[in-house]
Amino acid sequence: MSKVTEKYPLDTSEQRLTVKDPYPRHDTQGEMDEHERLRRAMANFAKNMNRTTATYMEACVHCGQCAEACHYYVSTEDPKYTPIWKLEIFKQAYKRETSPFGFFYRMFGLKRDLSIEQLGEWQELIYDSCTMCGRCSLICPMGIDIATLVGQARHGMFKAGLIPDELHSVAQRAKDEGSPLGATAAVFEERAEWMADEHETEVYVDEDEADILVAMSSIEIMKYPDAIGATAKVLNALGEKWTFRTEGYEATNFGMMAGNTEWQKYATLKIINAAINCGAKLVVLPECGHAYGALRWQGAAMYGKPLPFKVQHISEFLADVISSGRLKVKKVDQTVTFHDPCQVARRGGATEAPRVVMEALGLNLNEMSPTGDYNWCCGGGGGVVTIHRADKLRYKVFELKMEQVEASGADTVLSTCSNCRQSYNDAKEHFQWDKNMESLLELVAENIVE
Amino acid sequence: MDLLDFARGPALQVATLIFVAGLIWRLLHLYLTQKKTDISEPRQGGSIGGGIRAIFSRFRHHEPFRQRTRNGSILAYTIHIGLAIVILGGAPHILFIESFSGLSWSPMPSVVIHFAAALTLAALLTSLGRRMSHPVLKMLSNFDDYFTWLVTTLPVATGLMAVAHVGARYELLLAIHILSFNVFLIWFPFGKLMHSFIVIGSRYTTGVTFTRRGAKV
Repeated sequence: MSKVTEKYPLDTSEQRLTVKDPYPRHDTQGEMDEHERLRRAMANFAKNMNRTTATYMEACVHCGQCAEACHYYVSTEDPKYTPIWKLEIFKQAYKRETSPFGFFYRMFGLKRDLSIEQLGEWQELIYDSCTMCGRCSLICPMGIDIATLVGQARHGMFKAGLIPDELHSVAQRAKDEGSPLGATAAVFEERAEWMADEHETEVYVDEDEADILVAMSSIEIMKYPDAIGATAKVLNALGEKWTFRTEGYEATNFGMMAGNTEWQKYATLKIINAAINCGAKLVVLPECGHAYGALRWQGAAMYGKPLPFKVQHISEFLADVISSGRLKVKKVDQTVTFHDPCQVARRGGATEAPRVVMEALGLNLNEMSPTGDYNWCCGGGGGVVTIHRADKLRYKVFELKMEQVEASGADTVLSTCSNCRQSYNDAKEHFQWDKNMESLLELVAENIVE
Repeated sequence: MDLLDFARGPALQVATLIFVAGLIWRLLHLYLTQKKTDISEPRQGGSIGGGIRAIFSRFRHHEPFRQRTRNGSILAYTIHIGLAIVILGGAPHILFIESFSGLSWSPMPSVVIHFAAALTLAALLTSLGRRMSHPVLKMLSNFDDYFTWLVTTLPVATGLMAVAHVGARYELLLAIHILSFNVFLIWFPFGKLMHSFIVIGSRYTTGVTFTRRGAKV
């Protein structure tokens, strides 16, 4: 077990699963002097610079309109939460080091060197107050994908040992133990067995051959294990040849969120290899937003070549099998609203899939305003929900969601992301709010026409 | 050689040279930066079309964002459209363009040009006030923002003064107007005026990426 893991034991008693140890601070990891931290932060930010990100860095006109799309700015009106400002020190470093007139800036000292204090200050902006939800990317008149740049800035921060400890800890735990939240392979197998009994269905684990490989989120395994049973019930009802594999059952990717490409690759390759080992033609990802982005859109880059199988989010899979008539569901007399997970909808393109499913269920869907691709983030994505010192801000931001849900008139919020779900439930407890968030997958599983 | 001859002679030539060389260098630098190819399986085809669509669709905010961005958008459009009318519709400007390109077209009525220039100047002054007072803009702004504002505003202001014969002799005002345009040309490749070109690549790239995913562009 790693040193970090021992230092920060897991706290599994709360709604929001993370490690213990809340107090305000700027965290550092590793032993290195300030100059080395600065050098690493900027070198690793610049290392990942490509034509696309360089174009983005050159395109900003400081119009400030991205602020109007950001839940942190809109909730607090604090200008420091302006999305492009979160990249300011990295923009300066880019201009000085790699831009077309970098020599000019260096010669005349036009862009000052960064200080370690600035990087510490920016830790809050890069991690605590950005969920990489991409609303800012959608509003930018220049078309800058700011969320991608924040992800790149996190690479620099990670290499400099300047990320929030809780996020570092869960990311390292994922690398060391196979799960950020203690859902080791042994724990997963126990849970799978339990859910098979609970749901009176077959849960296949480590089948030698399967057409479909299914992965779960640690949050589901530890907090919402019914997702395991619900997934099994759906796949069994379809008569699919499917399996979980203990060498690649965990879909979350905290290495990606923390900014460590090696750890991101490690987690991604586990699923890819598991799928190859059992000959799967399709990998179905769980109700988890960032897991979808990590494998569906970044998986091939980690693998180094196109993936030899298809990848679907569970909501896409459900929409397909329901649309094709393979899965029949009963009508449910319920008024709901739907929370679109940013990484599945706005940044993933699977916005319509859950609506197809909800229509088949006959739900009375009261959409939030704005909704779909424009929906407000839950405030817990991008690893933010793990960071204790960000709680106060996260709750403030969540008030936007509460207003949206209340205005919709629905009693229940459905979603297709367990991370959104734990953020909701944590905030619900904080505000003593009476609105529930439930899983669309579980609702489908409960209403399958046998 | 008087000031006017200098302004439209060697000064303009040097400014144009710096403008062209700087423009080429800045665009070439971007082009030479390593390209990252997306090898994920696209949800749908038509990503190039999506990129081209994004170049145009981002001229207008998506509906949910329009209310909160209204003031900034009105100012930006007033400045950009105003400048386009003045530059492309003003008779002296068309003669100037014809002098190096051979292209010519009918000018707009003077009253339209004067009105557009005055409106543009008013919008530029308002945008400066907004930049200096709006908490977000004030925080984001740097030398580039203010200097770019200055080199954009000076040609508009001096052009209006020359037309109205205000402040000095016409020849002197015209020389100052052309010199201010030369400064604009020299600064263009170094600062954010380059967004006129880079915005095409930036919007296109995002359009391609998100069209592949089937996401909103």
